[in-house]
Amino acid sequence: MNTANPIENIFLLAPEMLLAGGAMALLMLGVFTKGQGANRLISMLSIGLLIAAALAALFLTGDGGLVFDGAFVVDPMAVFAKVVIGTSAALALLLAMPYLESERLAKFEYQILLVLAVTGMAMMVSANDLISMYMGVELQSLALYVLAAFNRDSLRASEAGLKYFVLGALSSGLLLYGASLIYGFTGSTGFADIAIAVSGEYNVGAIVGMVFVICGLAFKISAAPFHMWTPDVYEGAPTPVTAFFATAPKFAAIVLLARVLMEPFGGMVDQWRDVVWILAVLSMGIGAFGALTQQNIKRLMAYSSISNMGYALVAIAAASTIGLWSLLVFMSIYVFSVIGTFSAVLSMRTREGMVEQIDDLAGIAQKNPGLGWSLTALMFSIGGLPFFVGFIGKFFVLYAAVESGLIILSVLAVLFSVVSAAYYLRVVRVMWFDEGEVEFVPASVSHYMITRIAGIASILTLPFVGWLIYNATTAGTALI
Amino acid sequence: MFGQEGALSILTFAPTIGALILAIFRFTSRADDQELIDRNSRHVALATTVVTLIGALFMLADFDSSNPGFQFVHEVTWLESIGLGYRMGVDGISILFVVLTAALMPICILASGAIKKRVADYMIAFLLLETMMIGVFTSLDLVMFYIFFEGGLIPMFLMIGVWGGANRIYAAMKFFLYTLLGSVLMLIAMIFMFQETGTTDITVLLQTEFGRDAQTWLWLAFFASFAVKMPMWPVHTWLPDAHVQAPTAGSVILAGVLLKMGGYGFLRFLLPMFPDASLYFAPLVYTLSVIGIIVTSLIAFRQTDIKKLIAYSSVAHMGFVTMGLFTMNEYGVQGAIYQMISHGVISSALFLCVGVIYDRMHTREIAFYGGLVHRMPVYAALFALFAMANVGLPGTSGFIGEIMTLVGAFQVNPWIAFFGTTGVILSAVYMLTVYRDVVFGEMTNPKLETIVDLNWTEIFILVSLAIGTLVLGLFSTLITDVTASSVDALINQYNAALSATAQ
Repeated sequence: MNTANPIENIFLLAPEMLLAGGAMALLMLGVFTKGQGANRLISMLSIGLLIAAALAALFLTGDGGLVFDGAFVVDPMAVFAKVVIGTSAALALLLAMPYLESERLAKFEYQILLVLAVTGMAMMVSANDLISMYMGVELQSLALYVLAAFNRDSLRASEAGLKYFVLGALSSGLLLYGASLIYGFTGSTGFADIAIAVSGEYNVGAIVGMVFVICGLAFKISAAPFHMWTPDVYEGAPTPVTAFFATAPKFAAIVLLARVLMEPFGGMVDQWRDVVWILAVLSMGIGAFGALTQQNIKRLMAYSSISNMGYALVAIAAASTIGLWSLLVFMSIYVFSVIGTFSAVLSMRTREGMVEQIDDLAGIAQKNPGLGWSLTALMFSIGGLPFFVGFIGKFFVLYAAVESGLIILSVLAVLFSVVSAAYYLRVVRVMWFDEGEVEFVPASVSHYMITRIAGIASILTLPFVGWLIYNATTAGTALI
Repeated sequence: MFGQEGALSILTFAPTIGALILAIFRFTSRADDQELIDRNSRHVALATTVVTLIGALFMLADFDSSNPGFQFVHEVTWLESIGLGYRMGVDGISILFVVLTAALMPICILASGAIKKRVADYMIAFLLLETMMIGVFTSLDLVMFYIFFEGGLIPMFLMIGVWGGANRIYAAMKFFLYTLLGSVLMLIAMIFMFQETGTTDITVLLQTEFGRDAQTWLWLAFFASFAVKMPMWPVHTWLPDAHVQAPTAGSVILAGVLLKMGGYGFLRFLLPMFPDASLYFAPLVYTLSVIGIIVTSLIAFRQTDIKKLIAYSSVAHMGFVTMGLFTMNEYGVQGAIYQMISHGVISSALFLCVGVIYDRMHTREIAFYGGLVHRMPVYAALFALFAMANVGLPGTSGFIGEIMTLVGAFQVNPWIAFFGTTGVILSAVYMLTVYRDVVFGEMTNPKLETIVDLNWTEIFILVSLAIGTLVLGLFSTLITDVTASSVDALINQYNAALSATAQ
């Protein structure tokens, strides 16, 4: 590493620079233009920007390397994460466009904030230092707080934003406190140096700091018992914002958590595995049982995301190469299934406006078969039932856990998956077995297409899942 | 025809192609054409299932029954870098189940005349279910087996829930969650085996010997799944609900094929892969089987709903199967397979018999009926044949299966056979009682005055099943010849594995 020239290879930073520079440029564009057309242009440009960032991560970063004295790392894992985050954020923005227009929320700040949040996430997945980690987390979180309250005339959205902000700030505090403890006891903020410092004798201070960092990140991925904000924020925030919350930020935070645990604290597996074990079991359990009685589909998806984060934590608890790539496979499949599901939720619009109750879906499999069948497939896929691609994700997570000898954890995981099957089935039941009067107005083209494509893909991609696994295995081996 | 690579896959996925064609028409047609689609979907489904049946029969004709190994093997690399693969093949144990499935499907489609709403969806679900069921019997890869095994729950769930009776939602949810709970433990066991051996190829795993402790746990996990599917007493409680609420054709498939997946699982996984544990747990299985035979027979006797009665009778007959399988001698295992095939035919026919009068009167209460022989003589005759076959009358296929499993059990322990035999007597008690109450006696219910005898479709369905019952009852070698070499190989391998650990 050349300290004289900290930015040795400018292309390693291409995605982040594109995103940050693009966000500024779009901000200017937004300020100096007016009207529906300009807003649409900014949306299209933002989507283009996000895709460009994903492509830049894929093609411009070469073999990767370290930047800024090792504070920022570009490895296959970061590249993989950036591609998924960029694509899913672009899809989330595509979902948001018709919604924002019809709900009279089309302000250009939305796109800018979303791009800035993605910039933060790109930094998170590349963070190789406690400080760059914190900067990424905060950039992402601050943008997300505002997005949650984006519908500022709505009481529920404002409440969601405030709740998210207060609890998010608390978690950032935990994260910072943990980071400072780690720095105090190891004498460094760089992940590589911390790894060397903790590899020696038993370092209690560093362990306490690490637990604080885990807690702070557990907030971000909404793992139980730090999940309290999730249902309220998911319900209160505008639906496309919820769709965004449930996808890219989760992916970024879980990858960051995996990196923090595997790189600086890779030598302390025995210390953190129990913590992750407990977080995983609580998340799966609370997510599974909490969702059973929900009436609102967004709240249901909140609990579903809590329980799915539990499965992701199972993969981390495996603390192995298989665990890492299974985490990436699982999360990628999950993220895109969730996008499809929220696209279906956004299609639930009657003449009076959006509806969110599960009962409003009654009889939809017959009245609107395209929507009904797609949502059915997505529910089964997120539930991890066979013949849907979600099964493959869960299968390899369990495989990683069994391979690392975590038999009890994997048994608990499958038992909770049966409980969660009950609520996915409930949605299917309402759609297929019940009769309903609610008539939906035709969905916008993007919602229509994304729902159907995601629904079909949840089955048809099964034979091609090897390609995803192949890429994830390359990415997953980066950390060990 | 079946020399070609991939023929088995084509057979397995042929119904899916039919389902896809239906789905495409279903989604691309306008709303006012749905009636036309519904009408034509019956023909498409029937044609697809008949083609599948013809394919299955060709395969049976090409099958070399002297070869105990897998035939028509088809392998495609899929995720090979981690050890998973797409592998298909049949041996003497599985091929008959494929034929049974393929044979029952056209019958089910024909028997679905009473389905009036959402016919296209119904047919799609049915065809997908056929792929799943054939896939269970033909897959030679653990993960594929699990995918087919569990994937079949989804169409069945929709079938019970959408086209079922009054309490269908409860029954559908119970069916799905109960069987899923049983199966997830098997998934962990499969992953453990995968991780131990690095492959999910069943042909390789059949040659692998697992350690004693591992075998015990793996056995229990697999047992949890197959015992629920079978179903064995005391985890049978989902079955009566599912059967009673399912539409007639759904009940036929449940009894005819889905229950056989449990027995097939025992034969394919538990016995050959975990021989030590199988020997260790055999007394448990005998006990549960015998209790199951007696208890569910007594429960069946007390039922007021004909369909529920036949459902409990199914549980009792499956008790003979588990009893026979774990004797691990030739009579027991051959008899268990025989009993499964024969039960697939007989119980399907009985459910169809119930369906006939349910379609006419919309009730299954035994007390509602009586004296049907006066108005429906043809029905009475056919019902009598199937009732007798269910009792195990010599000359019907039910007799051979029961006598063979009982002989097998007798060789192990006469007391098992003694208690098992009471099941034969008890089945006569409940079956003859229900037959008397429904068919004989005076026709006291005025509503029955207008009931009409079988139409040609129903006669065709029931007569073909009747022929099946009688042919299998008289020419037992039709089945035993096909299964013999594979069963011998299974038993030899089992004994060899046991003597290896005993030394």
